[in-house]
Amino acid sequence: MAQYLVSVLFETPGTATEDEMAAIDAFNDRLIAEGHWVFAGGLSGPDTATVVDGRGEGEAVFTDGPYLESKEFIAGFWVLEAPDLDVALRLAAGGSKACNRRVELRPFLG
Amino acid sequence: MTDLDQVITRVHRAEWARVVATLARRFGDLDIAEEMTAEAFATAVERWPADGVPPNPGAWLTTTAHRKAVDRLRREAKREEKHRKALMLSDDTPEPLGAIDDDRLRLVFTCCHPALAVEARVALTLRMVGGLTVPEIARAFLVQEAAMGQRITRAKTKIKAARIPYRVPAREDLPARVTGVLAVLYLIFNEGYLASGPGTPAVRGDLTAEAIRLTRLVRALMPADGEVAGLLALMLLTEARRTARVSASGELVTLGEQDRGAWDRELIAEGHALVRARLASGQAPGRYQILAAVNAVHTDARDVRDTDWSQVVALYDQLVRLDPSPIVRLNRAIAVAEIDGPQVALAQVDGLPLDGYHAFHATRADLLRRLGRSEQARAAYDRAIELAGNTAETAYLTRRRDQLPYR
Repeated sequence: MAQYLVSVLFETPGTATEDEMAAIDAFNDRLIAEGHWVFAGGLSGPDTATVVDGRGEGEAVFTDGPYLESKEFIAGFWVLEAPDLDVALRLAAGGSKACNRRVELRPFLG
Repeated sequence: MTDLDQVITRVHRAEWARVVATLARRFGDLDIAEEMTAEAFATAVERWPADGVPPNPGAWLTTTAHRKAVDRLRREAKREEKHRKALMLSDDTPEPLGAIDDDRLRLVFTCCHPALAVEARVALTLRMVGGLTVPEIARAFLVQEAAMGQRITRAKTKIKAARIPYRVPAREDLPARVTGVLAVLYLIFNEGYLASGPGTPAVRGDLTAEAIRLTRLVRALMPADGEVAGLLALMLLTEARRTARVSASGELVTLGEQDRGAWDRELIAEGHALVRARLASGQAPGRYQILAAVNAVHTDARDVRDTDWSQVVALYDQLVRLDPSPIVRLNRAIAVAEIDGPQVALAQVDGLPLDGYHAFHATRADLLRRLGRSEQARAAYDRAIELAGNTAETAYLTRRRDQLPYR
């Protein structure tokens, strides 16, 4: 089994509609029932982000705002478990349909 | 070429994919499979002149490649004992009885996986299944050798890291995945048949031959698939006209002007037999079968005037129902011109959203020329010449344009 990150790409701000939330819940239930679920969550908008740099000698530096200024940001994500990419692709397609947004699928380092 | 060279070339063609595919399954690693197969062939070139060709060259090569792979993995295991090599190309799904049991088919589907970029699928298929070297593939696609090497390496890395499975796809995915494989094969064929680039020969027989060879292999592995048969027939019936398609001076010769005596009757007979077998199956044809049937109509006519154009239009009608794309409509209109005249065809062509496609302008130019509308024809030829990438086609269009009467 391998783990995959499914990031939900969100081109325009705004939270999921009620219908979308219901579809996401149903999709999550399916993931759990079929043993693919690891973790999932929605994220607050990029304007709530803080960039933290703890590499220096002294105190960590905090900077307001998202690290990347981009029209596309990640609105949420799933971490899935799947035996191979074919299964992961099928699951990601289901996730994309449920949340009504494009997603990006990436494997974790194995 | 000595007899032995010929034997080695023949064995390479026949056995390369089988050896790579077997090793890929045994060791779960495309890199090892590819490298050890190449090394086994190098060993054959060294040893066979003295030892003679073994009675079963395929088995000899597989065993040799297998031994080399084991040696290498042992060496690596010793070096980095802690990092045990995980097998990546796992296949633990039990094969249903009667399923296609050939490692080469797994290899084909892995190389043509939809998660890989199209150029990577083409390159990987030619390398892993076709056995072409990286420099050969780089030359074929006018890409720097280093860039082509990188493209292939990157694809193999993704296969490994993302766990693209080494297997024939599940039944529900199979039709879409077969379509993907056929698209790769057709791309290779067309790159040979409609070679692009100013310094390239108009037709590249090496690439069309390779595409046909690979399609024959896929057909042998999936004999029941109608579209695989259709694509093979389409390629054969197109290839049959290859030499007649370019004149001695390097100019494109259109279908109507080709010397039909120069067509390859053997390829045509084989293509026709495939088309007939598909018709007899009674199954609804897919796009490649329909295109093959169109080409069967053309190659059936001893003279262009004998062409059954209404049959061609009927086949395009069928294709439009499957794929109502503007390119299909354009090709249908070309056949319509032969029945209802250029005026009717032009009305169907005008307005198709194909402004960036050279064949659209070439078709318009030809129809306008036949209607005597020289000035408009000239403008359309200009645009077609601007967009055409094939040297023979450019030469043909230029001559046609320059022969238009001035008024």
